[in-house]
Amino acid sequence: MGGYVVRRVLIMLLLLLLLSFTVFVLFSLLPADVARLTCGKICTPETIEANRIRLGLDKSVIEQYWIFLQGLVLGRTYGQGPGAIVCNAPCLGYSFTRQEPVLKLILDRLPATLFLALGAFVLFLIGGVALGVYSALRRGRWQDKTVMGISLIGYSLPSFFIGLVVIYFVIIRWQLLPFPSYVNPWVDPLQFLQTMILPWLVLAVLYAAFYTRLTRSQMLETLNDDYIRTARAKGLPESVVIRKHALRAGLTPIVTAAGLDFAGLLGGAIILETIFSLPGLGSLAVSAVLSPDLPILVGVTLITASFIIIANLVVDLLYAVIDPRVRLA
Amino acid sequence: MTESVEREEVLRVEGLRVYFPVKSRGVFPRTVGQIKAVDGVDLSVDRGETLGLVGESGCGKSTTGRAILRLIDPTAGHVVINGTDVAGMSRRQLRPVRKQAQMIFQDPYNALNPRHTVGAIIGAPFKIQKIDPPGGIRTAVQEIMERVGLNPEHVNRYPNEFSGGQRQRIGIARAIALRPRLIICDEPVSALDVSIQAQILNLLQDLQEEFKVSYLFIAHDLAVVRQIAHRVAVMYLGHIVETAPRSVLYSEPMHPYTNALLSAVPVPDPRVQSERERILLGGDLPSPLNPPSGCVFHTRCFIAQDRCRTEVPQMRTMAPDHEVACHFPITEPLKGGVIHGPDPGLTAPLPGEPGYWSETVTDLGGVGSPRLDSANSTDEGI
Amino acid sequence: MSAFLEVKDLHVSFPTGDGVVRAVDGLSFSVEKGKTLAIVGESGSGKSVTAQAVMGLLNRNFADITGQVWLDGQDLLAMSDDQVRELRGESMAMIFQDPMSSLHPFYRIGDQLMEAVRIHHKVSKSEARERAIDALRQVGIPAPERRVDDYPHQLSGGMRQRVMIAMALINSPQLLIADEPTTALDVTVQAQITELMLKLQAETGTTLMIITHDLGVVADMADEVTVMYAGRAVEMGTTDDIYYRPEMPYTLGLLASVPRLDSDLSERLDPIPGNPPSLINLPRGCVFSPRCTFKGEVADNRCATERPELLASTPGHLVRCHLNAAQRQAARESTT
Repeated sequence: MGGYVVRRVLIMLLLLLLLSFTVFVLFSLLPADVARLTCGKICTPETIEANRIRLGLDKSVIEQYWIFLQGLVLGRTYGQGPGAIVCNAPCLGYSFTRQEPVLKLILDRLPATLFLALGAFVLFLIGGVALGVYSALRRGRWQDKTVMGISLIGYSLPSFFIGLVVIYFVIIRWQLLPFPSYVNPWVDPLQFLQTMILPWLVLAVLYAAFYTRLTRSQMLETLNDDYIRTARAKGLPESVVIRKHALRAGLTPIVTAAGLDFAGLLGGAIILETIFSLPGLGSLAVSAVLSPDLPILVGVTLITASFIIIANLVVDLLYAVIDPRVRLA
Repeated sequence: MTESVEREEVLRVEGLRVYFPVKSRGVFPRTVGQIKAVDGVDLSVDRGETLGLVGESGCGKSTTGRAILRLIDPTAGHVVINGTDVAGMSRRQLRPVRKQAQMIFQDPYNALNPRHTVGAIIGAPFKIQKIDPPGGIRTAVQEIMERVGLNPEHVNRYPNEFSGGQRQRIGIARAIALRPRLIICDEPVSALDVSIQAQILNLLQDLQEEFKVSYLFIAHDLAVVRQIAHRVAVMYLGHIVETAPRSVLYSEPMHPYTNALLSAVPVPDPRVQSERERILLGGDLPSPLNPPSGCVFHTRCFIAQDRCRTEVPQMRTMAPDHEVACHFPITEPLKGGVIHGPDPGLTAPLPGEPGYWSETVTDLGGVGSPRLDSANSTDEGI
Repeated sequence: MSAFLEVKDLHVSFPTGDGVVRAVDGLSFSVEKGKTLAIVGESGSGKSVTAQAVMGLLNRNFADITGQVWLDGQDLLAMSDDQVRELRGESMAMIFQDPMSSLHPFYRIGDQLMEAVRIHHKVSKSEARERAIDALRQVGIPAPERRVDDYPHQLSGGMRQRVMIAMALINSPQLLIADEPTTALDVTVQAQITELMLKLQAETGTTLMIITHDLGVVADMADEVTVMYAGRAVEMGTTDDIYYRPEMPYTLGLLASVPRLDSDLSERLDPIPGNPPSLINLPRGCVFSPRCTFKGEVADNRCATERPELLASTPGHLVRCHLNAAQRQAARESTT
């Protein structure tokens, strides 16, 4: 197991290197002239040129990439003399439009995204699995059909639509909640909850629809398995049969999907963050695209990719915990 | 028994080996072991003859059948069908051979494409081989349907409209369509009810008489094989351990495994059953990932001796057509009572021991070489 | 001795989109305490459904069940689901055909055995574990104190069926139902399991109900036999009645279809012609009549129009057939 994790982490690092290089090359092919974009209000050819050298843009892509990697490990200094900007290790780059290291920008934005993802994750997982089990146990009856019908609607509605409808009714028409304005939970827990509850619910509904369907089909499959009949023959109450025997057996694909979905959410729910004006990674990415601010884009892309790769590893480790037949070697 | 004056070999298999590599999972799979499913099988089938190939699950009998028709590629050995060695042939070269050799499968539910009509299924061999029978394919198909006991008017129906026994008849019709010289029957009746089983066995016998087709009849049920085979080969863990004409094999079996197998088959007769001598083998089939050393049967054998643990027994001809791979073949009939094989408590391997049973094929790190010490020793029951 | 298990006029049907499947249609039988009853039949005969109906394992949302199932003086079909559940695994237990899939792949066998104990008895974990180890020892599992922590996939098929038997017997039930207990096993392992079940029954005095299609297994184990066809009993009697004095043409045909190791080598099998009927659309008269070769001997075409009753031919030997005694005698002689 230990050896397996080490091997997987090494492979993960390799993947990230490959990915960052690809991102680097791709962004260097963009027609935007970064030196010009970041030189400030008064741009003379000289200041642009000086900026180019300061950013290392006069070097080849390979060299730039190498400097980027060095920056990750050792930190990096942009320019020389008193005007030099120091970006401490691990340096993901420096945003000259915002005058801040990319890592700090990302870390500032991470909490909002993290809270959004976490809350929605808990809601959609519990709700989806519970509804899925309920639906499976009442297969073919009106309860099942109702749940399936609603989940199909939830599955097919776009998030911006639900988001806007909810804002219009709950906040504007009925004024049940104040306008969303994000604060840290430890600063003002109430306002935090008031801000987060709607995006949580909207995300949860969207994702729960999928988990309801997945759980239902998994449950219907495992409920027909022979060991479920064995469990009943032992005299176990139906609730134990469902919880302990059927649900655990059907859990594997749910864990896979949930792990990857959670990682995806950590990359920022772009549309919802924008609609509810949450200062998360998604809205950071959007503004970086609009600026455009390449260092931020590279940084966000890398962080998001890392989340997904890590989630993959966690899911595989969970497999081994759930199913003893899986040996990680 | 074969009474053919001139024996004409339709199938000869020599030194057939099929090994499956066992790979670890993950991004860089490594080969961590080999399952020796078939490990040096020799057999032959004459024209119009049925050779029964019997053994328990995992002995390699089905793999042998599939390797002969190249549904699985053999690792080594020769497969000569009608004088042509097909073992090294390309798919294209194989096509004309397929006209001579067909297969019938166990599961009549899964072997037929549910989206094709019965007519299309039975007529497919004609199309594949580009043969235009006189009167057209449809007429030919209906003649065959009639011959195997299906209503020719049902030619446009789909497999799900037929019962299990009728579906097996469809499978037989498809196999017999081109009048092949060899049909490999892989457990053709084991999924069927007894009353239907008998119908299919009789049908296969009738077809053999009519078309002089040869069968390699693969089955786990010794009573079924006895009903249809002229000669019988017994397989255990990838090896053939005994071959003999039917009358000899069932009355004077020489290999201890054949003896045990025959005594384990219950006879549907309470009085006979209560008076029969029994040999109860201990334990289960060892894992083919890690077969025992020497004679592969020694871990369950009731007469095994030290030599059996180290030396692989070679096939020996004990009487005309009667070959046995055993150091100590049983030539005197076994007498009375219940003979117990080694106690399963002594032979069932524990974690870390050779032969330890596990479906996970990736945790092979701790498996060492076979142990030859007293843990595998036997009570000598004779 | 009185009947320990008595089933009276059991009907089980499943409404489906194509019509009502009459899986069991008016079945009555009884087993005395400590005896072994075999229910023999082919697929679709209703034998497994009967077993599940007795155990209360059929989902009554999908199955219509009527009749009475008396176990030791209590009618199981009149009890609530919860009351039956408390008997399940405690007074009556069941083992199934396929040991490879009947154990939960994710739990250690010890945990699965302990669960069976602790659902019915208030005992500590360590005591339940002791009982689990004892049960494994009883069914011949080597080194049970180590094996108890194995997962099912670490055991071979034969070992898993032993575990299933240990789990069924762990609470010393008075009734054990074995649904095709050896069918999925290899011949040599089948012999081990048959021997084990006979030994355990002799030790514990459990009443045994075996559901099987294998007439060889029946010959080995049963005292009484009920032959089922298309949802009803067509012949019942002692094992000797069924094997040596069969009277119903279906039983005759079944016995003649089985390949035997001790038959004359020149003999061909004598199969029953045709296929079993659809349970949705049963023949009007005797359900076996479309396949029966003797139906011509009964006057007025009664076999095709009138359902025969299950009547005693000799005391304890019941036959459902329109043939008269002489005709049955002749039928038996013509097939053996």
